[in-house]
Amino acid sequence: MMFAVAAFAVLVSLGLAVIRALAGPTVFDRMVAANTIGNGAILLLAVFGFLTERPEFLDIGILYALLNIVGTIAVLKYFRYGDLGHRGGEEPSQ
Amino acid sequence: MVLLTLMALVVIGVVRLRNLFAVVILSSAYSFLMASVLIVLDAVDVAMTEAAVGAGVSTVLMLAALYLTKVEEAAPRHTPLLPMFVAVVIGAALVYGSVDMPNFGDAFTPVNTHVGSGYLVRSIPETGVDNVVSSVLASYRGYDTLGETVVVFTAGIGVLLLLRRNKRSRSKD
Repeated sequence: MMFAVAAFAVLVSLGLAVIRALAGPTVFDRMVAANTIGNGAILLLAVFGFLTERPEFLDIGILYALLNIVGTIAVLKYFRYGDLGHRGGEEPSQ
Repeated sequence: MVLLTLMALVVIGVVRLRNLFAVVILSSAYSFLMASVLIVLDAVDVAMTEAAVGAGVSTVLMLAALYLTKVEEAAPRHTPLLPMFVAVVIGAALVYGSVDMPNFGDAFTPVNTHVGSGYLVRSIPETGVDNVVSSVLASYRGYDTLGETVVVFTAGIGVLLLLRRNKRSRSKD
């Protein structure tokens, strides 16, 4: 019961994040919303694992977290330097 | 299903938006939603692949492609009626095809009675892998998976080489 309520709450938060991702006026709103959707996917994975009494899928949640960071950092790096191959560490030249 | 509704909303957003940067971000979010749906459907391996490829790698590749083009999508020059017609016809055909499909989880379909049950019985004593899908992917179809990995690896090398070459020619100017 507790896990079902938690899963429902995660679904609601996913819905709110999707609304923000669709409505977000700036790119950063959308990016934070996409990151939140990734986190919601991790939480949903964990909660669903416990809901169906097979919590061994928790490991995959770690993989999701890593991938979430990859996407976010790629977007931010692109936004900051305009180039994914940039070495970083200095101010953008433009 | 709530997740599918959210996915549909995200897809509508992807179609409507003209800012390709936002589209890339939304498609990453779409991949995570898709992975969640696949987990609910108990296909953990596919969900893992979807998250890795859809949310991780393809976001980076799309951004790399965005670097070579403009951020804003150009307005379409032709009327969307013919593509719309084709899409509707193909969608109707797919729906018509899915009418004949067996119910989800039906245990008495040919899929579940011919070969699949044999694998379900044999996989754990033969391979020792707990998840049957994983055992089929990594053990029974090991060479196939190896070939797929080689293909993806080669494609990755090709993309890396292309991007590297572009960077060098740019620094010469």
